[in-house]
Amino acid sequence: MMLTIVMLGLLAAGGLAWYFESVKAQSARWISLFSVLGLATFFAVSIISSGSDYSQLNVLVRVPWISAFNIEYALAIDYLSIILMSLTFFLALICILVSWQEIQTKAGFYYFNLLAAIAGIIGVFCAVDLFLFFFFWEVMLLPMTAIIAIWGHEKRHFAAIKFFIFTQVSSLLMLVAIIAMAYLHYDQTGLISFFYQDWLLLDIPLDMARYLMFGFFIAFAVKLPSVPVHSWLPDAHTQAPTAGSVLLAGVLLKTGAYGLIRFVIFLFPEASQEFAPIAMTLGVVSILYGAKMAFAQQDSKRLVAYSSISHMGFVMLALFAFNTLAYQGAVITLVAHGISSAALFALAGMIYNRIHSRNLKDMGGFWHSAPRMGGFALAFAGAAFGLPGLANFVGEFLSLAGAFQIAPVFVIFAAFGLIGSAIYGMMLFQTSFQGPPTTVVNDLSSRELLIVGSLFILLVFFGLYPNAVLQYVQGVQL
Amino acid sequence: MELILTYLPFYPLISFLILISFGKRLSWQLASFFSVGAMALSAISSGVLVYHLTHIDASVITVHLWEWFNLSTGDSASEILSGVNSTVNISFYLDALSAVMISVVSGIGFLIHLFAAVYMKEDENFSRFMAYMNLFIVAMLILVLADNLVLLYLGWEGVGLCSFLLIGFWYQDKANVKAARKAFIVTRIGDTAMAIGLFMLFKTLGQLNIADLTQTAQQTWEVGNESAYWIALLLLGGAVGKSAQLPLQTWLPDAMAGPTPVSALIHAATMVTAGVYLIARMHGIFLLAPEVMQYVAWLGASTLLLAAFAALAQTDIKRVLAYSTMSQIGYMMLALGAGAWSTGVFHLMTHAFFKALLFLTAGAVILALHHQQDLFKMGGLLKKLPVESALFIIGLICLVALPGTSGFFSKEAIIGSLWSSSTAGPALWWCAILGALLTSIYSCRLFFLAFLGESRFQTSLHVEDSKLLRLSLIILAILSLFGGLISIDFDTVFPVSLSAHQDPSWLHTVAILTPFVGIAFSWFYFSSYRKNQGDNITASSSSLVIFCRNGLGFDWLYQWCLIKPYCALARLNRRDMFDQLIMFNAWYVKMLHETLSASQTGNLRWYAAAIGLGLVGLFTVIMVGVGSI
Repeated sequence: MMLTIVMLGLLAAGGLAWYFESVKAQSARWISLFSVLGLATFFAVSIISSGSDYSQLNVLVRVPWISAFNIEYALAIDYLSIILMSLTFFLALICILVSWQEIQTKAGFYYFNLLAAIAGIIGVFCAVDLFLFFFFWEVMLLPMTAIIAIWGHEKRHFAAIKFFIFTQVSSLLMLVAIIAMAYLHYDQTGLISFFYQDWLLLDIPLDMARYLMFGFFIAFAVKLPSVPVHSWLPDAHTQAPTAGSVLLAGVLLKTGAYGLIRFVIFLFPEASQEFAPIAMTLGVVSILYGAKMAFAQQDSKRLVAYSSISHMGFVMLALFAFNTLAYQGAVITLVAHGISSAALFALAGMIYNRIHSRNLKDMGGFWHSAPRMGGFALAFAGAAFGLPGLANFVGEFLSLAGAFQIAPVFVIFAAFGLIGSAIYGMMLFQTSFQGPPTTVVNDLSSRELLIVGSLFILLVFFGLYPNAVLQYVQGVQL
Repeated sequence: MELILTYLPFYPLISFLILISFGKRLSWQLASFFSVGAMALSAISSGVLVYHLTHIDASVITVHLWEWFNLSTGDSASEILSGVNSTVNISFYLDALSAVMISVVSGIGFLIHLFAAVYMKEDENFSRFMAYMNLFIVAMLILVLADNLVLLYLGWEGVGLCSFLLIGFWYQDKANVKAARKAFIVTRIGDTAMAIGLFMLFKTLGQLNIADLTQTAQQTWEVGNESAYWIALLLLGGAVGKSAQLPLQTWLPDAMAGPTPVSALIHAATMVTAGVYLIARMHGIFLLAPEVMQYVAWLGASTLLLAAFAALAQTDIKRVLAYSTMSQIGYMMLALGAGAWSTGVFHLMTHAFFKALLFLTAGAVILALHHQQDLFKMGGLLKKLPVESALFIIGLICLVALPGTSGFFSKEAIIGSLWSSSTAGPALWWCAILGALLTSIYSCRLFFLAFLGESRFQTSLHVEDSKLLRLSLIILAILSLFGGLISIDFDTVFPVSLSAHQDPSWLHTVAILTPFVGIAFSWFYFSSYRKNQGDNITASSSSLVIFCRNGLGFDWLYQWCLIKPYCALARLNRRDMFDQLIMFNAWYVKMLHETLSASQTGNLRWYAAAIGLGLVGLFTVIMVGVGSI
């Protein structure tokens, strides 16, 4: 019930924000901020007070929805979903705060879309009826497209359409796989079912599992994204408004990783094992290719976008290593990258608001006038290149240390990504903040300081005390 | 004791936080009070700890702060076999080796902070500078105190970051920015090798705690074990990056772009010796891989000679000292490779004393000359700056290892250990002797050019008459002169070397005489520098000298083999080939769309013609089809 309230609450708050913005300007952001804060608190309190053990999926709601096809409204959560939902809530707040000044046109509708997208993401993380999952998958897509298309930068329509088509085409394959699974269930038990835990009991013939797994895999690999189906991401990120980029990098990509864990690896363990060499190759290629492409970029947001591809390569590599340590590393990387890439995009947005350019050639020497911003930029770039003490390092270290047990050669290649990330990270930081001062920019305002400060504190916290997350992902047997 | 050890890295950390949060709002007095005071506390604590360790019987002090993460997941093969506990803790481990390191880091660090507080007084970003210096000390202390390799790696990357920040401290100059980036990325290459080494260690031994894994390795592996070989080789990769040894040495000379106290602290006394520390710390693994120890020795010897040749041709006083540092670390590596662990660490300590002295004095000279670093524009400073000159001479005689100085004790010990070592040998002994000869020659050249003859500059000297500045230099000078008498008992850390050398008796004599030969040679060879009457002299521009001055072509090699190809690759594929492939679909669809919509002209004649032609075409096809039956 709690999750339903949260999702409906988000939608309702979005509607309210939309309505009240036309009544009183600037009210939408306050409504959004307080409702997300309230719902996040409600979520946290209900999780803690429930006192249940979430190491297995706990089914919270299960009611019939479309009974003709035995489609149910079924929600369940385990620690993985809770971790990702908490990340979503936190970044939702960050999104609202970064949009505070940036979004002035159609602000009401903007906040509606933002909250709707977040509701969809929360749904994705807890739906265990695959039809429902697919529904949420689409729900989060539409408002996201709208955010890019309406409030984006100069080539926003192109980027929005590209984003939409990529995700849509790939999720069609997943839809086919979902329907095939439902019929497979019908074949074996005489009953159609879209319920995840029913599917876990199915005995899927391996040759069939290969195709079905691949259907899911494609959808999630596009979302993750992995080379060679990554190219929607740089465009979408570059053109989206700051909050759009934060949401995309921070949580939307994580739905891809979540899907890989929940629906590829757990549903088709054997087929995934078999597929692992290919997936790990894709992971390594993403790490190296992303790092190399990031270095080549002139556009600051494009650079960060390619760095995301590189980081998600670590997740792919770790997940398909089928090793508990690597799995823990992947989860930490998800959280860490969610925070650090959100931080980098937020900073890129702050710079854009000051100089109205994303081009690195227009930047330089900002340290002179904005030392605080420079300090944070260095810290976040440091997180991106895996500086120990920050959360990303723990994720990369565990991922690689775990994957090395299984596939040393892959890890040796992946480790070159550590050099690549240092190169682009340093380039990003140095070209914007060092060198002769070009333009005078204002240092961080207190709202901005709140944003980057809280992101930074979390990075340090998870970097020095990753057990805060790890204790919940221990004991997961792959 | 545990409490003192716990707090040790936190004093500079707190000072860093204060300085970085208040920034320019702090006055010079307050900023120096916090930063230097924190260092004083660290230095005193280190002193207490060392006293405790040596006089009150305790070979090891450990403190456990908290568990960082846990590597035991129940499915690594070795873990099931041995049942080891593989948590990675934030814990400190103090033994004789780390005690030497913390004394050097916080002791020399304190003196350099004291110097820097005066030296950098006029800089508008003074508190930021001191903050970075403090942060560096924190990372360095963590590096040497870490009880496991992951925490060591944290310190390792931390000092790299601080080095980056301090080299690029004057960030408005593009050359400094470039030097900072180069230092970071080149060392990062070594760090990556080290990280892979860590993964491999964890895979084979299932743990990363240094003391435990050394023990397990020695119990389970034979000498010459293949895993030990690869692990030692990868760790060596990390060490050569940080310690500026071949083939990753190119960053160090450029790192001189940073303020001089930085060069003294990071690029002479402490951080660059981290590689030496790593190998000494992991000697248990290296002992199992004698081939790698040979590589260490040979790399050390090659770097030692290469850097000495390069030092001979430099025109910038700081670059001479930088190459000299590289060369001296080559000696330390040589010692480690020969299995003379304690000698290597001893030289690390004495080198920290006299190289810090040399750099700081050079800094004072450079300041007096209004930031002139070109040796060919100095001259005659002996008369004009007598105190600095005296201090510089003390540093130089330690560097050339004249008998009685600290450098003498440590360097002779290294040379003496080479001949009969199973992993070194006579060839390397000769390399070391040649290196000692070259050291004395470039030191003399430096001294003659800067201090003798008549002055080749017109500006009046800017004399900083600060007692604090002098005080720190004088303490360093005393340490340089008499630091060789400090005896450290490494028996609890390193295996006692199998002595009973049967070296030929002339070895020792040759080793002692070599520096004098070099001095005598220079006295005549560089007489034009010595007797210069204030005329303009220029450095030789023969191609050999230029080749040496540019570090024997390594920069050029890497530029063409690595940097340019990578940049070209990046430029070539800036538009992302995968994207172009996918966008080709879009383009194709769009082209079809445009072709077809272009055919919809709304023109009746066009439609009629199309229908007619279509019919004709269809008819032809049918006719041909019928005909062929």
